[in-house]
Amino acid sequence: MVAPLVGILALQGGVLEHAAHLRALGTEVREVRTPAGLDGLDALVLPGGESTTMTLGIAREGLEEPLRAFAASGRPVMATCAGLILLDRAHLDVLPIDCERNAFGRQIRSFEGDVDVAGIDGPPHRGVFIRAPKVVAHDDDVEVLATVEDAVVGVRRGTVEGYAFHPELTDDGRLHAAFVAQLRD
Amino acid sequence: MRDESTPRVKTGLAEMLRGGVIMDVIDAEQARIAEAAGATAVMALERVPSDIRRDGGVARMSDPQMIREIQAAVTIPVMAKARIGHFAEAQILEALEVDYIDESEVLTPADEANHIDKWAFEVPFVCGATNLGEALRRIAEGACMIRSKGEAGTGDVVEAVRHIRSITGDIKRLSGMDGGELATAAKNHQAPLELIRWVAANGKLPVPLFSAGGIATPADAALMMQLGAESVFVGSGIFKSEDPQTRAERVVMATTHFNDPAKVLEASTGLGRAMDSLEARKLPEDQLLAGRGW
Repeated sequence: MVAPLVGILALQGGVLEHAAHLRALGTEVREVRTPAGLDGLDALVLPGGESTTMTLGIAREGLEEPLRAFAASGRPVMATCAGLILLDRAHLDVLPIDCERNAFGRQIRSFEGDVDVAGIDGPPHRGVFIRAPKVVAHDDDVEVLATVEDAVVGVRRGTVEGYAFHPELTDDGRLHAAFVAQLRD
Repeated sequence: MRDESTPRVKTGLAEMLRGGVIMDVIDAEQARIAEAAGATAVMALERVPSDIRRDGGVARMSDPQMIREIQAAVTIPVMAKARIGHFAEAQILEALEVDYIDESEVLTPADEANHIDKWAFEVPFVCGATNLGEALRRIAEGACMIRSKGEAGTGDVVEAVRHIRSITGDIKRLSGMDGGELATAAKNHQAPLELIRWVAANGKLPVPLFSAGGIATPADAALMMQLGAESVFVGSGIFKSEDPQTRAERVVMATTHFNDPAKVLEASTGLGRAMDSLEARKLPEDQLLAGRGW
């Protein structure tokens, strides 16, 4: 069986940690910096980083429409932190959600906390929230996967999932495993 | 259940800044230009290094009011510099809630024997280093990000290259050593054996390694990234050039596409004049900043 090929948007940000998790799950990984980089991918990760920087890079590289088309194609997309912001109505408009940036405060308010994630069995995931956003509004067809301190921090619609925290910065591979499992169904 | 300022959270922000450009700015207007050009963070300081070099005198932490104005102007992380060993300046920067504190040789050192005990702070620190031992001593003191020092304010990349090659070269050499040799290496690098062992086993520093000091062009940024830097700091190189906005955008582009010469070519074309530069090797000893700290 050919290993699935997962792309990681690599304009800037926490690419290496996602790559390490994905490789450990037996997938091939490709860093994506241009529209051509999306060709032939089975799934895509939008990593953490600075959403302003990534948004400017997406515009410069002409990636807006190709990224929207990729998400609409039904191939799985996982977004973390800044990646979640990219999905919202004010950015790529892939999900009918609104995000508040830096919603927990500046870096001194960044934190780790236990998060129950829908569909993930076992003990809570140790969520790493770094200058993290919150989902402050969403349409009814968006499923809430996780909350912390009454804030929505994990969402899914169809094959697109987004988290305000960084599973890639932990040793807990369950979220990546569930993401990759979709490729083997 | 909720833990703030854990090592993972402090280092995590540095990890999220990878592949980007951190730009020195002296006011809110420059901060907005940097953000609009794609900077991942700004470093707030009163004078860029080339002006500190020209003016002489004691260079200190910036006016908190100026830092506040920059924090209000942008949503990307704001960093600020404290003098080496000046923990009271660092306490002020923490009270301001800057996102990262740079204990920086660009400012005049306040303590000739001790660096700041960075474990005592909730805000993470970045520190400069010229070699592996210096980097590991800073990490042992609690630094969550290392930047190779280079020679700030010159526009000459030669020292940045020397320092990153020294750090990455020594990391490679550790990888081939046995336990006895690692103990000797710890002594020679004047670094904790535990950190030396970690580096040997993992082939990298335990925190992100960025590069600074003399980066003035998109090609300089691509060079440092190819040499193993995970991000670049650009100080005087942007706002002392003829067309700061264009140069800032292009350095960002070249940092993203550092392995794609066609893209770096595009980023390098039509930039206007670079900053007025100084050849680092011709500077008198007492004007070199990289030797501050140890």
